[in-house]
Amino acid sequence: MRAFRFAGTTIVFVALTASSAPAYAQDAAAAQALRTEIDQLRKDFDTRLADLESRLAALTGTPPPGVVAEPVTPVQTPASPTPAASPAQVPGGAEGAALPVYGNAAASSKVFNPDTAVIGNFLGATGENKVNPQPALQLSESEVSLQAIVDPYARADFFLSFGEEGVAVEEGFITFPTLPGDLLMKVGKMRAAFGKVNTLHSHVLPWTDRPLVTDNLVGGDDGIDDAGISVSRLIPNPWFFLEGTGQVYRGDSDDVFHSTKRGNLSYVGHLRGYQDVSESTNLDLGVSYARGHNPSGLLSGGDAEARGRFITQLFGVDATVRWRPLRRAIYHSFLGRGEFIVSRRDQADGLQNSSGWYLSGDYQLGRRWFTGLRFDRSDLLTDADLHDSGRSLILTYWPSEFSQVRGQVRRTNYAEGPTANEFLFQFQFAIGAHGAHPF
Amino acid sequence: MKIKSIVAIALALMSFASVQPASAALKVVTTTADLGALAKEVGGDKVQVDSFAKGYQDPHFVEPKPSFILLANKADLLIVVGRELEIGWLPPLITSSRNSKIQTGAAGYLDASSNVKILEIPTGQITRAMGDVHPAGNPHYWLDPGNGRKIAAAIRDKFSELSPADKAYFAQRYSDFDKRLADAEKKWDATMAPYKGTKIVTYHRSWPNFVERFGLDVIGYVEPKPGIPPSPSHTLELIDEMKRQNVKVILVEPYFDLKTPQSIANQVGGKVLVLAPSVGGTKEATDYITLFDYDVNTLATALKATTGK
Repeated sequence: MRAFRFAGTTIVFVALTASSAPAYAQDAAAAQALRTEIDQLRKDFDTRLADLESRLAALTGTPPPGVVAEPVTPVQTPASPTPAASPAQVPGGAEGAALPVYGNAAASSKVFNPDTAVIGNFLGATGENKVNPQPALQLSESEVSLQAIVDPYARADFFLSFGEEGVAVEEGFITFPTLPGDLLMKVGKMRAAFGKVNTLHSHVLPWTDRPLVTDNLVGGDDGIDDAGISVSRLIPNPWFFLEGTGQVYRGDSDDVFHSTKRGNLSYVGHLRGYQDVSESTNLDLGVSYARGHNPSGLLSGGDAEARGRFITQLFGVDATVRWRPLRRAIYHSFLGRGEFIVSRRDQADGLQNSSGWYLSGDYQLGRRWFTGLRFDRSDLLTDADLHDSGRSLILTYWPSEFSQVRGQVRRTNYAEGPTANEFLFQFQFAIGAHGAHPF
Repeated sequence: MKIKSIVAIALALMSFASVQPASAALKVVTTTADLGALAKEVGGDKVQVDSFAKGYQDPHFVEPKPSFILLANKADLLIVVGRELEIGWLPPLITSSRNSKIQTGAAGYLDASSNVKILEIPTGQITRAMGDVHPAGNPHYWLDPGNGRKIAAAIRDKFSELSPADKAYFAQRYSDFDKRLADAEKKWDATMAPYKGTKIVTYHRSWPNFVERFGLDVIGYVEPKPGIPPSPSHTLELIDEMKRQNVKVILVEPYFDLKTPQSIANQVGGKVLVLAPSVGGTKEATDYITLFDYDVNTLATALKATTGK
């Protein structure tokens, strides 16, 4: 339709120009003035058309061509209609008209904007916790996600996390899904493929917090989240889904890994096996390994020789069982999950062999209600003789898939402080593009 | 040295690369069973078709299981419903498939909604206050046989593009399907003719193309808004409205709870009908034509009982 209008304008333009030809002998300045006026009109028309189309696009969420007619034009030729309206079409003779109108409401650029969403994670806490207190009320995180296809070979995902202490790029990576050899490569800052919880953003966890073993041994909320390169591959076999992932990181992840020189990289490996037991039930098993330099040498005075001497190795096993009857998939489901993690941390006072685990079960009671239990136990990172343990009871209500309210009763026995009995609550809300559900 | 060992591990992984002999059949994966059924109609024994969602499953909420990744990994062609029906689960599957053929926009990616008749494209301001609206129109468009024909034609063209040697075969299969569908349509039209203009209620907005095709009139939905579960106040309003307009039939998809629709039906002296929105939604609906056979006959039987026509 747009091309139609453009053609119309051109015809008018040509007609006017042609009709002005016999008037050649007349005042040339008048013809020039007419041209300028026409150019001006054309510019106004283009700007106005672009503005209207962008408004239409904003309303319908689709590129302007194709939404108007009922038998929608094929999507097979994405974006091809748009260049037709580019300012390059303006006749070169017209002074100034060839300049693109920067900053105008050109719909053609907006359709390429990434899918954008914001997820708010508001946390509240009551009760007393002397060891790991969290504020009574906080907007713990506002996560902005920006996701789009980069080109025929890649897509990119950014997750910017606005917390109370500032902004961080939680993840920002490019994914190459079209490499040969069944490889999937990601480059950027990523949550490492160590176990399950480490890969998950806070807003998709079935709890308001993270398990003790994550807090104590795997870097807490931030986890192993670092700049690096990840390559994963499907390992063909006749029996089940098997995926191997190898990742190399700079070596800086909260207090888990700390790099003092370029060679102090950290490595993460993950092997995931998955099998459908029936159409409603499936099993997901994983083993993980991570290795990197820890900050221990720095803490004990930072002497140059000690730097980079101390290594942490992490070993993890994760198991998930899911049940979701397909006919009632939106009403009932169960997810049972456990992870066991061992941390072998070399430090100034010797090797610490710490371990921890959690076991959780979440049952969907109805369309909007979920309940869950979690049991936790973990040694401390720097002293394997001390351990914390905890248990939680969780109830979640979903007004819709874009918001949820959650309450969690948590009792934690700390090695280094009094037992904490707390009631934690959470309001979570998402606006913007519909993101994919994690699995 | 460590870098070397990582590279060595990566190379070792790559050496697993499965060099499988290219099989003659085109491997097709579809997001729903309906698209799968249409692909089988056109492709016959020249294609091997797998579908992700079962016909009795809510296609908005399918889990992107790793077993689907394996199917997508091997596919030559992925056919999707589009119109954001699969937005919550398909993108990660496409990315994880590691299959360049089926990436969005590639030759092996077919959006079946490209040339069909789409209803309920929202106009004006849309927000999520309206529920889970689909900004690109109602994605349940396959429930109009006319659209089924157009989808089959698009599939025929795509098959012919990917497997040019079998072009005549696909064309012949398509025209055979087209003919059988046309015959069936006459039968369905005759069955439904007495009930033109009959008012009904549906659970979700899954049926606009179906009711438009057969001239029914939907006066309300069990869901107050798309994707929002029934609320007591909306249910009471709906009961009043059904009583006022003497509406007796409630259509429900097989994946919704029957409690609310049943209690509404009891109040108005009506009937709850579980129709199949997709092939496989009921055991009788084994392909695209039997899907309509089942739905049309079940509906006509119920309408006959309630309207006396």
